Amino acid sequence: MSKVKLTVNGKAVAVDVEDRTLLVHLLRDHLNLTGTHVGCDTSQCGACVVHMDGRAVKSCTMLAGQADGANVTTIEGIAKGDELHPMQAAFRDNHGLQCGYCTPGMIMSAIDIVQRHGGQLDEATVRHELEGNICRCTGYHNIVKAVLDAAGRMKVAQAAE
Amino acid sequence: MGVEGIGASVVRKEDKRFITGKGRYVDDIKLTGMTYAHFIRSPHAHAKVKGIDSSAALQMPGVVAVLTGRQIVDDKVGNLICGWAITSKDGSPMKMGAWPAMAPETVRFVGQAVAVVIAESKNLARDAAEAVVVDYEELPAVADVTAAVKAGAPQLHPEAPGNQVYDWVIGDEGAVDAAFSKAANVVKLDLTNNRLAPNAMEPRAAIADYDAAEEHFTLYTTSQNPHVARLVLSAFYNIAPEHKLRVIAPDVGGGFGSKIFIYPEEMVALWASKKVGRPVKWTGDRTEAFLTDAHGRDHVTHAEMAFDANNKILGLRVKTYANFGAYMSLFSSSVPTYLYATLLSGQYDIPAIHAEVIGVYTNTTPVDAYRGAGRPEASYLIERMMETAARQLKVDPAALRRQNFITQFPHQTPVIMAYDTGDFNASLDAAMKAIDYAGFADRKAKAKADGKLRGIGVSCYIEACGIAPSKAVGSLGAGVGLWESAEVRVNPVGTIEILTGSHSHGQGHETTFCQLVADRLGVPISQVSIVHGDTDKVQFGMGTYGSRSAAVGLTAILKAMEKVESKARKIAAHALEASEADIVIENGEFKVTGTDKAIAFPMVALAAYTAHNLPDGMEPGLKETAFYDPTNFTFPAGTYICELEVDAGTGKTSFVNFVAADDFGRLINPMIVEGQVHGGLAQGIGQALLEHAIYDANGQPVTASFMDYSMPRADDLPSFKLSHTTTLCPGNPLGIKGCGEAGAIGASAAVINAITDAIGKNNLEMPATPDRVWRTIHAA
Repeated sequence: MSKVKLTVNGKAVAVDVEDRTLLVHLLRDHLNLTGTHVGCDTSQCGACVVHMDGRAVKSCTMLAGQADGANVTTIEGIAKGDELHPMQAAFRDNHGLQCGYCTPGMIMSAIDIVQRHGGQLDEATVRHELEGNICRCTGYHNIVKAVLDAAGRMKVAQAAE
Repeated sequence: MGVEGIGASVVRKEDKRFITGKGRYVDDIKLTGMTYAHFIRSPHAHAKVKGIDSSAALQMPGVVAVLTGRQIVDDKVGNLICGWAITSKDGSPMKMGAWPAMAPETVRFVGQAVAVVIAESKNLARDAAEAVVVDYEELPAVADVTAAVKAGAPQLHPEAPGNQVYDWVIGDEGAVDAAFSKAANVVKLDLTNNRLAPNAMEPRAAIADYDAAEEHFTLYTTSQNPHVARLVLSAFYNIAPEHKLRVIAPDVGGGFGSKIFIYPEEMVALWASKKVGRPVKWTGDRTEAFLTDAHGRDHVTHAEMAFDANNKILGLRVKTYANFGAYMSLFSSSVPTYLYATLLSGQYDIPAIHAEVIGVYTNTTPVDAYRGAGRPEASYLIERMMETAARQLKVDPAALRRQNFITQFPHQTPVIMAYDTGDFNASLDAAMKAIDYAGFADRKAKAKADGKLRGIGVSCYIEACGIAPSKAVGSLGAGVGLWESAEVRVNPVGTIEILTGSHSHGQGHETTFCQLVADRLGVPISQVSIVHGDTDKVQFGMGTYGSRSAAVGLTAILKAMEKVESKARKIAAHALEASEADIVIENGEFKVTGTDKAIAFPMVALAAYTAHNLPDGMEPGLKETAFYDPTNFTFPAGTYICELEVDAGTGKTSFVNFVAADDFGRLINPMIVEGQVHGGLAQGIGQALLEHAIYDANGQPVTASFMDYSMPRADDLPSFKLSHTTTLCPGNPLGIKGCGEAGAIGASAAVINAITDAIGKNNLEMPATPDRVWRTIHAA
């Protein structure tokens, strides 16, 4: 057992976990943050994507101990109270989700994509960058639309700040 | 239609919880004192279980129990059933081997469970499973459907000699022989419909909780049809009587058919929870999903079509071998028979059809309904046949289809189905216009100048949805009725709860079903909630599959709504001292027509519950129930056209354009309908280009993770251009046909027709991987 100390969604936490515990299980089983999902166990599907120190990571592919001292943001931590993150709003407004299972990972990856590319996103880039996130429901059509829509919204929000 | 009524693209009510991480799936649920199950699964495709030694595992920390197949049989838990009886052409019933929830003696596919470890945590259960020693005696195995029917093939079940479950026929063989005897041209086609893994993104999971005081079980499960699960668990598996078993399907992360069936894992969890006296949770991992979720498709078919000298179809002859895997899953028997062969007329006027389907056991994961279920196989066969015929007869493929379209409705096909309505020319026209079919030759020539092989492929699909009516499916062997139920509860201050037997696992019922209420009563959808997925809340229902939720489920809601409105109208008329016939419902008010007298809907509701001023003899309250059984299937149809380029050097396919023109009848929420089409198209294209559940000759699965099985990803797919043509379904009052499976049914043929057009060679099997396409291009 080890004690892992990290910040999750702005709150400092310290959790005793078995050394083999994956970050996703620390989040789901110890912190009850069940918005982060497990879809494949092989780092392929991206349902488990969270942000660690500002970068998208697959939380099923790292040990909880590797997040010691890190700042982790999950799907539960991106809205400001009742105000949705522009990416969340864009997924809803563009019908970018159906069953909702891949959605948290999609949204976390998509935010990372927009942040890395700034205003330089086009459909081909979004499709290429989403390669690590699998959705079985939407055929990606509306996810791609949502990401491009959100990229515009995030730019506006950034300009306003 | 109103801003939230029928026809409005309302954003989904359910989305808020999903986009904020507050969805509640089975694996998110924790119960006090919960234990965790890990199954011990056969690594062999076929073997005798000689013994199971769990003594070391039982000594390990946190282990609560190790339970085996022998124990579950001794406790008289029932074998898994197949719920649709098929009769062979010789009149004999289908031949099935027993399928216990865990194998006591013989395993017949890789992944079949032989024992389960129950422990204090997932990891401890997994550790202990490593210490359970199972002594297997390997037996010869067979995975391929054509190999399994050969003399001398390994035999799976003594009940099914030659591995043959049934040899079933449909249609008039004599009429077909006569048609072929006068044919000017005969077109022949051999093809395989590749086996697929459904791969809903949420792996299956179950939590079973036995309450000894009440002798009552609660099962949380990833189900598309919790009431059917309760019925089967109760009536056939001896878990508990229905009133002692509650089945809850909370948020479910996709189904595509794979979550219709009642699997061994939830049976074992229920049985084990009583044995260990604590809740038992099982969550599958992705490899378990590949090994145990029912697969789809897997047909090998030979077909022949007869044409007269004017290219009019005279007849169709089909022989299909359907791979069922090692056991007959819940609805498996119906898929290659009544859901496949009954659609072999496609959109065409074919005077004579005869089909023979041979169902076969192999040492592979069981096969059952996967998005489209039989209809994609039929559509793929017919649309590949039409394309092949057009090439052989040297006519334009669209023109050949048009020449043979059914144009008069209703139309009785030679294979049971009576198409009620449609306009196949309209959808073909819409798709051809959307893709500029006329300009294709120029584009192909230009692409050729750039060194690219460009192709275009048409697919005109038809399917049968809203699977029903009960009497008809009963006469064909179904073990259940296929109606739907609904209850409309109006609360005293006018909010409304709709209880439905349909289940939403991505389809957006929490929005679309509210839209019907908004449309009729003029109340905002925020005042309406949909209750589903819990057998304690909803009395009964048949669940969601076969694109039936709107055509059947929503119609049941409409029927209950009509009863509510009728009573509310009487209450309003009484309160307004008017004649009931003069009451109209507008914008949330009951008005006396031609006057300014009105009473708001919440006041009508309140009056129903205060009962201070009701018409004489009226019962208080405002709640109504309806069971709706349709009169026919519905027949969504449409045309998909795919334009693509093939790189002759690599065999890689790149989409140029993909257009869809669908006729789904009335659309409740066009945004959601289009989302359903997008997803279906992705699965159809996935089958055509990428997906294939592969076994080696010994029955070892080669594709058991996302590392090996190629799921469609964002950069494998194009954006789609959708359009709709409309003929209203006459079979239900809303005119709805259903939209959930169309994309998966129609897309595959469009893609393969386009690739084979591009490369100028007609024989190409799915998935058309770059390797396969390259070899086809360069074959002698």
